Amino acid sequence: MNSDSLTRAFVILIRRDLMLAVRHRAEMANPILFFVLVTSLFPLGIGANPALLQAVAPGVIWVAALLAALLSIENVFRSDFEDGSLEQYLLSSHPLSVLVLAKITAHWLVTGLPLLLISPLLGILMGLPVDAIKILFITLLLGTPVLSLIGAVGVALTVGLRKGGMILSLLVLPLYVPVLIFASSAVDTAATGLPVTAHLSLIAALLLLALSLSPFATAAALRVSLS
Amino acid sequence: MTQSKDTAALAAHALECIRDDRTLFSNLDFRLEAGSALILEGRNGSGKTSLLRILCGIRLPDAGTVTWGDTAIDKLGPDYHMHMAYIGHRDGIKLDLTPLENLAMARALGMPNDITLEAALAKVDLAGYEDVLTRNLSAGQQRRLALARLLVTDTSLWILDEPFTSLDVHGISVIEELLDAHTTSGGMLAVTSHHAVNLQNTTVQRINLSA
Repeated sequence: MNSDSLTRAFVILIRRDLMLAVRHRAEMANPILFFVLVTSLFPLGIGANPALLQAVAPGVIWVAALLAALLSIENVFRSDFEDGSLEQYLLSSHPLSVLVLAKITAHWLVTGLPLLLISPLLGILMGLPVDAIKILFITLLLGTPVLSLIGAVGVALTVGLRKGGMILSLLVLPLYVPVLIFASSAVDTAATGLPVTAHLSLIAALLLLALSLSPFATAAALRVSLS
Repeated sequence: MTQSKDTAALAAHALECIRDDRTLFSNLDFRLEAGSALILEGRNGSGKTSLLRILCGIRLPDAGTVTWGDTAIDKLGPDYHMHMAYIGHRDGIKLDLTPLENLAMARALGMPNDITLEAALAKVDLAGYEDVLTRNLSAGQQRRLALARLLVTDTSLWILDEPFTSLDVHGISVIEELLDAHTTSGGMLAVTSHHAVNLQNTTVQRINLSA
């Protein structure tokens, strides 16, 4: 077992998941569409009051991003569980935690990255100042991977249940809340022109914590779900 | 790798499996040596699949241990899994990938050997289907594709749960030849099957779980 073949497995697994996502384009577009629709309906719903929109924008955009992440997170292992691929990861000669990290990375590239790329446009739509849009982008860059990493643990725990959707939300949402609080208050603070280094450091710390713990927790949970 | 093919053996010591308060089997001992096959028989629900999943290390036995060489498999983890391949009820292949893409993934997950992916497909009679979406193959062809996964990695122990499901007579004989070739070259086989498994050149050990 060398690190070369492990890297190869990591890359091939990500590439395969991206290929599957491209072949399921409609399914892939769902969370992004949800994100854009929810955010763009707000100005229509609460009226064209720039000051009010600007005040609620950070919260609205982040809540929409969080729910979009929650909508799509179950796909990270569901189809693999149903077609038996998950058993094959478990029986691979590579550590399960590394394969799990590849799955989560691929999932983030398919669902998190598009949210990130489209967010400046939504920031403009909600009338956020340019500085706040920059910070919004950075919080999403640091925060959406956390959502994928935490969500994967929840999915791994519930994937063996036939109707795991409700439990999944209950398990995962409380863990999403810190990200939401720090991220939306960072954007808020940036909109008033104050420094946001502290907020961003905290989100980065959450990211590092999730990155170092989640693959192991997810791997352990998958073993339990499959046994 | 080749060295371990000669020395390691799979052994079960006093295995017990309980499901829903029913004891499926207990005090089960056997030893599977290089070049031999284990065929599990028994009625539906007698614990054949559970036993195979225990042998893989997916499921833990309620008592007893499974050893590979001299070490318990749950201690070995990936060091055991690199020697074995498992094809379960579910094929473990993606319907929206082509057979070649599926095999490339299977190879990356294990220890690759020298055979080309095209040659592996040819061995299970799927030559010419390299770039068709797996979704468009028939059930028997999908099953053969799943079994082709055995060929693309270097493993000595094959654990197969009903390998002949949805295969026709010709398909069955193709797979039986592969299984025979595997054991004669020093491999090991643990199989459940409703069909008679015809292995000419192999020492076969049968365990009936309903007995």
